Amino acid sequence: MNRRWQVFAVNGALVGLAVVALFPLLWMLSVSFMQHGEASTYPPPLLPSKPTLANYHELFERAGMGRYLFNSAIVATFTTLFSLALNLAAGYAFAKLRFAGRERVFQSLLGALLIPAQVGMIPLFLLMKWLGLVNSYGGVVVPALASVFGIYLVRQYARSIPDDLIEAARIDGAGELRIFAAIVLPLLKPIVVTLAIFTFLASWNDFMWPLIVLSDQAWQTAPVALAGLSREHVQDNELMMAGSVVTLVPVLALFFVLQRHYIEGLLLGSVKG
Amino acid sequence: MNERRAAWLFTAPALLVIGLFFFVPVLAAFVLSLTDFDLYALADLHNLRFVGLGNYFDVLRAPLFWKSLANTFYFVGVGVPLSIAASLGAALLLDSRLARWKGVFRTALFAPVVTTVVAVAVIWRYLLHTRYGLVNYLLAKIGIAPIDWLGDPHWSMPAIILFAVWKNFGYNMVILLAALQTVPAELREAARIDGANALQQFRHITLPLLRPALLLVTIITVAGYFQLFAEPYVMTRGDPLQSTVSVLYYMYEEGFKWWSLGRATAIAFLLFALILVVTRVLVRFGKRGGYA
Repeated sequence: MNRRWQVFAVNGALVGLAVVALFPLLWMLSVSFMQHGEASTYPPPLLPSKPTLANYHELFERAGMGRYLFNSAIVATFTTLFSLALNLAAGYAFAKLRFAGRERVFQSLLGALLIPAQVGMIPLFLLMKWLGLVNSYGGVVVPALASVFGIYLVRQYARSIPDDLIEAARIDGAGELRIFAAIVLPLLKPIVVTLAIFTFLASWNDFMWPLIVLSDQAWQTAPVALAGLSREHVQDNELMMAGSVVTLVPVLALFFVLQRHYIEGLLLGSVKG
Repeated sequence: MNERRAAWLFTAPALLVIGLFFFVPVLAAFVLSLTDFDLYALADLHNLRFVGLGNYFDVLRAPLFWKSLANTFYFVGVGVPLSIAASLGAALLLDSRLARWKGVFRTALFAPVVTTVVAVAVIWRYLLHTRYGLVNYLLAKIGIAPIDWLGDPHWSMPAIILFAVWKNFGYNMVILLAALQTVPAELREAARIDGANALQQFRHITLPLLRPALLLVTIITVAGYFQLFAEPYVMTRGDPLQSTVSVLYYMYEEGFKWWSLGRATAIAFLLFALILVVTRVLVRFGKRGGYA
């Protein structure tokens, strides 16, 4: 085998894989602009003959997708903001502050990672019902206010902060809160971005728990509403593709802008663990 | 404020949330699984009765539980090796010195991972449509008759596996790629000079060094794939002939369609035990091999 042929084979295979990975997404976009019924023909059309926004109109005017996207945005934003605050504080404390039982508590937190979330889901549902949080943003946001994964990620990163830096600030008379806000937080900035995009995407994409706790349509997030729509409008491919487009655009856009941070977080959370 | 007080202040909110909304529900789940909690108990707790291990016996006697278990094992047993093979193949290609535009390709191959399962499952349901779907169109081009992917009980699970491989291979690809990049180039170079061809280099140098990473991604993927739910919920509703009812789908229906919350919790615990046993066996098996 000569080298030029090898270069061609490797890059050709990569192009093939990229086409497989991206084609469904591009086709979704194309079909979402097709006339009603156009996608249900054979052979399947690649591009719309007369591009139309009718599906998006129907999606927002009749199916109320705007409301669901709004719900998703609220839920994902608040989950991200609050859980960042809680996980950053806890992760820093587990990495840098000395207190009795630190290792024991942290180890039992890590043990929680072995337990699938679904085990506690039904009692959690009853608890949410009792708290009056079923069918409210709180039902989704409150249980996600802190996460073991987030604390772990911050702790791993915060361990690289030199103790001398914190000690010096203490000797200068800075309080613990001030040290955290003025010295530690700026150093944690890269992990803040990583954790933020991780949390936002996970929250936006989450399905099973929102499905359980948000049975009332008015509060449903985009994926839950889309699943409901897809069970009603099995035949209406163009409308469903438009629904998928508006659900996916926010996460894909975020990923393309911040992918370096996302992939770093993925590696921090797995390989070095 | 001293360091200890600060530590409590910093950790208490997160610990409170995780304790109250994770550990307490998990413990409560065990108690709940020993009761006949149902719609009547939901209305009035006086209707709640302790039934011991009754739910577990009921579940283990239910044919649908065994069916869902077999379906889930099918999904894990075929889906995990296929996913990891795809991830490894893609990672090797991206790691190759010959590959161009590595960043662009990595982004493209990773994109399906960050998508919303529900939205892409909707797309795939259309791609797999018997009459208008692109998959059957392409198959027809090479002379294969249309397959009723989501309507034929023999094809429904392969269809879901195909979808899952597409959706997930990028995740392990990134982990394996990072592991590949730690394989010292000199090692492969030395093997090459000794006359090892590409395949021999892969088998005797790369693969052994990749073992810990492969074990890791296997465990992550197995644990994840046992929790199959959204795919059948959107693509097949567990049909045809219950061929895609997974254990979690069964739990969801028992719990939130029939409101047998006690029994549903027992199912969740059985799934948890199963995941623990299988991942333990994998860890032991992986360690016995030597490296990990």
